Amino acid sequence: MDLVLAKAMPEDKANAERAVGNVFAAAHGRLPGAGRIADIRARAFEAYERVGLPHRRVEEWKYTDLRVLMRDVLPLAQQPDAPALRRAQAAVEQSAFEPAIKLVLVDGMFASDLSDVARLGKGVDVGTLREVLETSTSDAMAGLVLSTTADAMISLNTAMATDGVVMTIAEGRVLRRPLHVIHVATASSASHFTRSYLHLGDGAHATVVESFVSAETACGYQANNVTIALVGDQASLSHLRVKADAADAVNISSEIIAVGAKAKLNLFNMIHSGAVSRYQGFVTLAGKGAELAVNGVNLLRETQHADTTLVVDHAAPNCVSRQNFRAVVDGAGRSVFQGRIIARPEAQKTDGKLTMRALLLSDQAEADNKPELEIFADDVNCGHGATSGGLDESLLFYFGSRGLSENDAQALLIQAFLGEAIEGVANENLRDFATAQTERWLKARR
Amino acid sequence: MVAARETVERVARIGVDQYRYGFETLIESDKAPKGLSEDTVRFISAKKSEPSWMLEWRLQAYRCWLTMTEPTWARVHYPNIDYQGIYYYAAPKPKKQLASIDEIDPEILKTYEKLGIPLREVAILEGVEPPPGGPPSANRKIAIDAVFDSVSVATTFKAELKKAGVIFMPISEAIREHPELVQKYLGTVVPISDNFFARLNSAVFSDGSFVYVPPGVRCPMELSTYFRINERNTGQFERTLIIADKGSHVSYLEGCTAPRRDENQLHAAVVELVALDDAEIKYSTVQNWYPGNSEGKGGIYNFVTKRGDCRGKHSKISWTQVETGSAITWKYPSCILRGDNSSGEFYSIAISNGFQQVDSGTKMFHLGKNTSSRIISKGIAAGKSRNTYRGLVSANRNAAGARNHTTCDSLLIGDKCGAHTVPYVEAKNSSVTFEHEATTSKISEDVLFYCIQRGMSQEEAVSLVVNGFIKEVLQKLPMEFAVEAQKLISISLEGSAG
Repeated sequence: MDLVLAKAMPEDKANAERAVGNVFAAAHGRLPGAGRIADIRARAFEAYERVGLPHRRVEEWKYTDLRVLMRDVLPLAQQPDAPALRRAQAAVEQSAFEPAIKLVLVDGMFASDLSDVARLGKGVDVGTLREVLETSTSDAMAGLVLSTTADAMISLNTAMATDGVVMTIAEGRVLRRPLHVIHVATASSASHFTRSYLHLGDGAHATVVESFVSAETACGYQANNVTIALVGDQASLSHLRVKADAADAVNISSEIIAVGAKAKLNLFNMIHSGAVSRYQGFVTLAGKGAELAVNGVNLLRETQHADTTLVVDHAAPNCVSRQNFRAVVDGAGRSVFQGRIIARPEAQKTDGKLTMRALLLSDQAEADNKPELEIFADDVNCGHGATSGGLDESLLFYFGSRGLSENDAQALLIQAFLGEAIEGVANENLRDFATAQTERWLKARR
Repeated sequence: MVAARETVERVARIGVDQYRYGFETLIESDKAPKGLSEDTVRFISAKKSEPSWMLEWRLQAYRCWLTMTEPTWARVHYPNIDYQGIYYYAAPKPKKQLASIDEIDPEILKTYEKLGIPLREVAILEGVEPPPGGPPSANRKIAIDAVFDSVSVATTFKAELKKAGVIFMPISEAIREHPELVQKYLGTVVPISDNFFARLNSAVFSDGSFVYVPPGVRCPMELSTYFRINERNTGQFERTLIIADKGSHVSYLEGCTAPRRDENQLHAAVVELVALDDAEIKYSTVQNWYPGNSEGKGGIYNFVTKRGDCRGKHSKISWTQVETGSAITWKYPSCILRGDNSSGEFYSIAISNGFQQVDSGTKMFHLGKNTSSRIISKGIAAGKSRNTYRGLVSANRNAAGARNHTTCDSLLIGDKCGAHTVPYVEAKNSSVTFEHEATTSKISEDVLFYCIQRGMSQEEAVSLVVNGFIKEVLQKLPMEFAVEAQKLISISLEGSAG
């Protein structure tokens, strides 16, 4: 195995990357999976090393230069001990909500004691990445779970993933309770890598929430997580992601989703904490008549940097996609939205819409929007719109004249602005959950 | 669907082999040795009897160019260009020193006549008394600078322009006659350290137009340059510099054609515009370089850097372009809105057919206070072409009150083409108002059906829709260009545009 690693690290690489190389080498004994899986990891690490941390000359990362924002990759977090798990529990209790079933990952390791695996109903199977990778019989499954793209941060995740949740929902099964995957960070100045997998059988219905939180003392950590999801024909998935990391944390989440024929996927993504956050989604509408609705909200202040990047690939005819992004940027925050709609030649009758709107509350704030269309089919109806600007002075004046304070007036307008995106969340409870998060943010703003 | 299929078939049948300007003029020409080196740069500079500062400037640009590699980010694909296999300078061989336009090689005059550019007629008119009772000069006079391969062969109406104080001459002459103006402005908008193709141009440009409009002068006529590539294996590198001094106004037109050839030819131009306080420059282009044949063979690589600097308060620069030609277009006319209250405009129609690849758009840099910009881009993709709009709108911290509105629409004709939109919108303060909208669709079946049901032929119906689609931009063209542009569009899209 050392031989493989020696090959993976050419001698002439830059110091920063050597540090990452060391991180990979140091973590080596702790990464589950041997034989073919170790090969996959080594190859993925080689792929990562070829480019290193993405920087502004990499088009997809133009606005989120990790060489500046992240500098290098921190060493892998230690396996959480009992005190760490106790601290994690406090954080879990704060973010959990009924009637969701909790699935908890602490510092990149599945914590079965904090999770409700026992409450899972029939037809729902939850395992861990570690099990999948260590069971030699599930090679095919391991390959699927560790599938990767050209993106450097996903490659790095493939190489370094320590654990994750593997969820399989049987055909036709309708889940009443949402599955709530909670990522908790307890270790400071360390990195953790998780890889989760979700398979929704044909005709199944499910809601999956992913939260990112930190235990009280955790700071300066780096989280890198990837979710691979397959949504079967005529299935319906609601997927929410709320990032509430520690104020100085870096969180890079990636998601690769394939959606089957006549299936429905509803995504919601919210970033309101953490120093540097990126969510990148690669959604392929693979079956005829698939429908996608995506809503995203970035709430930023101080020097926060949040990036939402979504590539929607219409690979089959008659698919519909709606993307709706909203950013509210205060202080010297920077919000980035990059959305791309691809209509392949066979994707006739594609209907794609993409809207991104940014509200700038301060002269130090920055909003970068890049809505892209890439159309190869002629019978399509695709469009995008993007706006950036401040709050409407005349509306503020109107509220002022009706006796509202400046702060209240701003809060009202911001809520209305965000409401357009939050309304897109299918589940009512989750909508309230998202609204509560924005209210908390607005309160803290005053 | 039947209607759509017919349209596609008709476009495919007629396609790009209709290029009307594909003839070649057989004249002797004077060429620099093939390839690029410091010697080539010195050769060109010497041919132009340039002062030493100009040679130094070129050499510096050449050295800058050597340090750079060709950009690959644009959505265009082409085989590697052999920069040593190109002639960097080609000029019609002078038979003797020319005293007047009558002494220009009649072959060249014929070429321009065939292209519909009446150099001779205009030149004769220049000396003719105005008709009694009539206005001294019809409003629609145009001064033309004709550039043949690497050199300017004729500039018309020089005398009348001189009366108004406007300087309009080949840039090679301007370097000799107005070195102070050239030195002051050349390279201040597109510096020698700019992009790969701009650096190359700075090193080897051979000719182009120079315009200076003095303070408070409204240029009495449209200025126009006509570019023609004739020689085989040559690159054309022209450089245009337009300066509108305080309170002046100028409208400038540019047209281009090339013979039909099986090999690809390189065209890397640089255009620099400078608008001082209250000045306005309107720059219109009808680009109709040879686009290659229906199998995608041959055609011009059009890699152009165009940039305008609104240096003064209340200045305005407006770009209008109709892009129908070239195998590959890589072109982003930009505005730097430096002066307070300055404004920039970009109106574009980009049509691609056959195997053409277009990656074009604009950049609007908002730097001053209360600056505004407007972008309207219409892309039509047919055949197996690729048509990309790529645009940037940015406002920095101090650009309070910056406004932009962008509309970019794409129309797809046929299912083998691609239309892409890649806008970048960067806002860095809270008082900006940026709006961007884009759509991509095909001609609506309902609309076609309606028109046909009212008695129009399929062809007329498509033509009506396409004309409606691009009308907003066509209206921005000066009148003589609008007619030419409309004709061009119907040729490029014959079958769908009537």
